[in-house]
Amino acid sequence: MMPNVATKAPTDVEDVLRIEDISMSFGPVTALRNVDLHLRRGEVLGLVGDNGAGKSTLVKILTGLYKPDHGRIYLDGEEVRFRSVQDAREHGIETVFQDLALVDELSVYHNLFLNREHTVGGWFRFLKNRSMRAAARRYLDEIDVDVPSIDVPVAKLSGGQRQAIAVARATRQKNIRILLLDEPLAAMGAKETSLIIQLIKGLCHQTDISVIVIDHNYTHLFEVCDRINVIQQGRVTLDKNLSEITLEELIELMVQSYRREIAQPATGTFSEVSIETSIEVTVANQSVQDAD
Amino acid sequence: MDQHLQELVITVVVFALVLFFTVDSPYFFTTSNAAALASFIAPIAFFALAEVPILILGEIDLSVGEVYVLSPFLVTYFYNAGLPILLGLILALVVCGAIGCINGLVTVKLHIPSFITTLGMTFALEGIILIGSNGAPANPVGTGNLVSWLGGSTWAEAFWALAVVGVLHVMLRRTSFGLHTVAVGGNSESARESGIKVDFVKIWCFVLCALIGGLIGILDSYHIGSIDPDTPGLTFMFYGVAAAVIGGTALTGGRGTMIGASIGAMVLGILEDGFHVISVSSFAYDLILGIAILVAMILNVQIERATIRGAGHGSFARVIGLIFGRRKVPVRQ
Repeated sequence: MMPNVATKAPTDVEDVLRIEDISMSFGPVTALRNVDLHLRRGEVLGLVGDNGAGKSTLVKILTGLYKPDHGRIYLDGEEVRFRSVQDAREHGIETVFQDLALVDELSVYHNLFLNREHTVGGWFRFLKNRSMRAAARRYLDEIDVDVPSIDVPVAKLSGGQRQAIAVARATRQKNIRILLLDEPLAAMGAKETSLIIQLIKGLCHQTDISVIVIDHNYTHLFEVCDRINVIQQGRVTLDKNLSEITLEELIELMVQSYRREIAQPATGTFSEVSIETSIEVTVANQSVQDAD
Repeated sequence: MDQHLQELVITVVVFALVLFFTVDSPYFFTTSNAAALASFIAPIAFFALAEVPILILGEIDLSVGEVYVLSPFLVTYFYNAGLPILLGLILALVVCGAIGCINGLVTVKLHIPSFITTLGMTFALEGIILIGSNGAPANPVGTGNLVSWLGGSTWAEAFWALAVVGVLHVMLRRTSFGLHTVAVGGNSESARESGIKVDFVKIWCFVLCALIGGLIGILDSYHIGSIDPDTPGLTFMFYGVAAAVIGGTALTGGRGTMIGASIGAMVLGILEDGFHVISVSSFAYDLILGIAILVAMILNVQIERATIRGAGHGSFARVIGLIFGRRKVPVRQ
């Protein structure tokens, strides 16, 4: 049905993450079919695809939220299976979800340390607020994130600042190898967008963290990514370095698939959603943020 | 800071009430009335403290009032069965904890709104109490120092209340568990994604609530000197919720303090005692209580609207959110 245009880049030892033959269905709906994907050390990989194409499912598998029906995941060449979010995290995979997983009521530093608090005492773990506050201040200065105060509830921060806090919380982990960003630039103004893009770029240059970014806005992806993968109907249909593809070509590719669907309606439950979002992409180019 | 705003407002109300009753009656500001005041405030404070973590989670426990009625019967039962009284006390509290655990498990694992779970538990416990006691009052067991320590002496209950406020305040503000409770109440999805064991936190809060209910039941039985199966546990529980709300706990979840709830209990206790002292009908007390709750709730929601966006995710919080017309709270799946 969908011609396989994937040009497989050769996998090499520099891959921090390699995914082979991952499939997953939810009842009758197939979210991912035999997906192969790899991520080099210190690389920013952009994942592009319509809503329902399977990007989020893929991210949730890597996060440990879902277990794939079959397939293998290799981290630094070693096969791993994630039993839980905690497990994936212990393997050095940190995720920033669309909803940022921040608690509005809690202060910036409590959010930064949520579920990894500095504590003393065994059974009753008493919070070491002073130590957390100092560490939070130091870290935010280090990665150049500016917030009015680390004591304010995050509800009082702007969208960009909240995103920055969420990214900072993920990257603060000592063992972090891979950072997954699920639409980090959704619902953000131009100034805040460039702030987050700077933050991601800075992180990748300063450390050898590898990043996977999902976003509907191709312009932004071209600013921040080293390589682009396109996922369509549960498959990786394109894998190109940024030097091998232009923004126009990518948009043309996405629009083509939309035209094909019109001419020859695809079976499955995704078609409606896909058409809607494709229209957004075509019309706007400066793509609108996520539909929800 | 916003958290302290309502505490401050309510503290001013406490002083105003004390001033009013002192001016109005020469009997209010006396040592003998202080003891009466303490015995009005302490039980309400206990119920409020029990409910605060639950309310922060956006849940509610209606059954804690009946746990309160049940626990002294349990102590008597174990004593009559031949167990030493101390063991009986511990066992009674264990049973109370188990009741809380059932509340928590049913709410969390079977996805029943806590309002329904604990409503069912309330009636079930009421039935058990009536069957077990045959509807007849009983006398608390034991003698001597133990009884004085457990509420027999005038100030025992007040001391217990102060101790529990201290412990729970530290628990809520200074421990991981307290932080996680606020996190779950504020945004359970975020808490889950952070790796917090949301179910674990919720279940333990229900256990804690029932334990405090059991404790105050035992203390009050020794304080009053008899155990009445017809005690209106549900009403007592609602006094506790009222005190918590007046003290700044958000029924929408994510916000609340032990100190605030205690001050809220003081307001209600002073009102109740003060009306006795100046001989106002207790009917007026209920009227004022009703108005106080509404005013506190409106203040509460306004403060929240002004400061915090987003809302809690607990089952009870969703109901409250609907009533007060706040934006729809997302439900997991």
